[in-house]
Amino acid sequence: MSVTAYLLLASVIFVIGATTVLVRRNSIVVFMGIELMLNAANLAFLAFARMWGNVEGQLAAFFVMVVAAAEVVVGLAIIVSLFRTRRTVSVDDENLLRH
Amino acid sequence: MINNVILAASTAEGGQAAARSAWLVIAIPLISAGLLLLAGRKADKWGHLLGVAASAASFVISLWVFADLLKNGSSDINLAWWINGGFTLDFGLQIDQLSMAFVLLVTFVGTLIHIYSIAYMAHDRDRRRFFAYLNLFVAAMLLLVLANSYLVLFVGWEGVGLASYLLIGFWNQRSEYAVAAKKAFIANRVGDFGLLVAMMIMLGEFGSVSFAAVLPDAAVLSPTTLTLIGLALLLAACGKSAQFPLQSWLGDAMAGPTPVSALIHAATMVTAGVYLVVRSGPIFEGAPGARLAVLIVGAVTLLYGAIVGCAKDDMKKALAASTMSQIGYMMLAAGLGPVGAVFAIMHLLTHGFFKAGLFLGAGSVMHAMRDQVDMRRFGALGKFMKITWLTMMAGWLAILGIPPFAGFFSKDKIIEQAFVAPAGQVWQGWAFGLVAMFGAGLTAFYMSRLFFMVFQGKARWTDDQHPHESPGLMTVPMVILALGSVFGGLILTVVKFDDYLAPALVEGHHGEPVVNAYAIMAATLVLVLAGAWIAWAKFGSAKAVVPVLPPAADGLVRAARADLYQDTVNHGLFVRPGQALVAGATKTDNSVVDGAVRGLAWLFLRTGGLIARLQNGYARSYAATMLAGVILLVAIVLAGRI
Repeated sequence: MSVTAYLLLASVIFVIGATTVLVRRNSIVVFMGIELMLNAANLAFLAFARMWGNVEGQLAAFFVMVVAAAEVVVGLAIIVSLFRTRRTVSVDDENLLRH
Repeated sequence: MINNVILAASTAEGGQAAARSAWLVIAIPLISAGLLLLAGRKADKWGHLLGVAASAASFVISLWVFADLLKNGSSDINLAWWINGGFTLDFGLQIDQLSMAFVLLVTFVGTLIHIYSIAYMAHDRDRRRFFAYLNLFVAAMLLLVLANSYLVLFVGWEGVGLASYLLIGFWNQRSEYAVAAKKAFIANRVGDFGLLVAMMIMLGEFGSVSFAAVLPDAAVLSPTTLTLIGLALLLAACGKSAQFPLQSWLGDAMAGPTPVSALIHAATMVTAGVYLVVRSGPIFEGAPGARLAVLIVGAVTLLYGAIVGCAKDDMKKALAASTMSQIGYMMLAAGLGPVGAVFAIMHLLTHGFFKAGLFLGAGSVMHAMRDQVDMRRFGALGKFMKITWLTMMAGWLAILGIPPFAGFFSKDKIIEQAFVAPAGQVWQGWAFGLVAMFGAGLTAFYMSRLFFMVFQGKARWTDDQHPHESPGLMTVPMVILALGSVFGGLILTVVKFDDYLAPALVEGHHGEPVVNAYAIMAATLVLVLAGAWIAWAKFGSAKAVVPVLPPAADGLVRAARADLYQDTVNHGLFVRPGQALVAGATKTDNSVVDGAVRGLAWLFLRTGGLIARLQNGYARSYAATMLAGVILLVAIVLAGRI
């Protein structure tokens, strides 16, 4: 199977993720969109690693996964604490720092 | 450099402890002024006493210095180095016959007027501040006359200008008094400009402005340069001494309390211009053009003041006009060269006594008449104020020049000297001589008019006026000054004042007047008596009727009442264009300069407003911006590849 198919799939997933971030208000769903984009990038990494037959791309994918896991921990903690204080998870309502 | 050498030489001659302490003469009143101003209301109880004590101490020390001067001769004392850059300048004092004559006049008359002011200002809640300013004035005036260079003189020159400004505007709660103070200050600034120009030329030519460096070597300069310096100095003298065409401030300066008018605007400060011209004698010696200008200014002013004095109904303004005219005499004499300069200084001293006495008398009259100054509202006061009447009579006879009163010895000599013509210029002797003589006649008329309107004739008081003699603190200084007015001229002549002053002046040769000196004296006396007689017939005799309102008059009298329209001329020539310039500059500033700044600010504000709309606070919108940015970047990178 050629690498083009993987890349096409990766870009479709990325666009879905980006669209989710832009159009959804629920911060948990926005978060899921971010995860989709990260995994699209991972897929592209792995596809290229396979194509060239080396391990750097796979390493990068693991690295992204680790960072994503850490990010999920912090991000979900922020969302939970926001929900507790403001009773909402809509990103549009989180505007306390607006000018 | 030259200065230092001379300093070393002069201080090496004798011990001269007195001369070395001369700085105390200036320092004591200065410190007293500082104390009185800093202590504030706490010093209200004793402030006036400190003021008098400081002035008196100054007088005592100057007597000591004077005795030393008579014994050891003049000296030049270096106090401190001051400026040391492209040129050196030391801060020093010059003790010589000329400066000490002034110092004694300033401290003696100053002390008397301080004493007088204790009573005169007794009801003023700011009496302490008044004494602080008076002390400041005395210190600045002494610095002016004791200076050993033009720059130190300039410090004193500005100091007396400041004190004069503060004292004219002492009652600045009345806006016209504050305006009078500003007018005096600005007119003086015009003169100061002349002094600055003169100093710059001297610096350019000699690299120094000290008397010791400039005056002995003045002759090496070209007559053109000397004339320029002389004219610049004359401008300075005109500003300070209220000479034509800068004289208009003196009449308004009468807004200040009467002791101020007596001390500053009659006896001392206004004579500083004469001092400057006499001190700069060597410069004027080498510049006949500048000397002629001094003569013309003096002659014009002496007539000008006399004409204005004839029509004034305000007692103090009439005296101010008279001061202007008398200083015109001094200027005229100073312009005649070293021989005339002696009589200029002599007249300055006698004038210091009799005019201060006349002003203090006027203050005493105002004190008795509830601050009334309109002479048409006086009359018959001689019976009620015997001491004031007698002291003012002494001053009146002195200014008229009736022998043997003080003015006779000085003014008559000036008139005689005015008739002396330089070789080949006979017209000059006749012109200035006749002007001076005619001025004496006018002086006799207006001073007699003043005297008769105040003290003789019928009472024309308002109902609430109850004249009474002033307290002793006021009358004693008046009596002392009156004694000076009676005997001052005689004493100065007996002690040979001209021989005393000669070492401080350049060599001069006595010339013969174009007509016989006794004929001049007789003609002057006849004119004076005629002037006094006319005044008696119109204002003093039993038949004379003085209307309480100024009657309609012909053009000359109306012009004289309005100071010969000098204010109008100044207004049209300088004030109006100045105001137009300021208005134009303000408008340009507002519309062009500020307009550019405001326009720029408006532009940024609007742009900022537009951009601020993007900052809407929605995280998703920021994310979209980021995405757009990334897509753009990728597009650029890809475009670069292809």
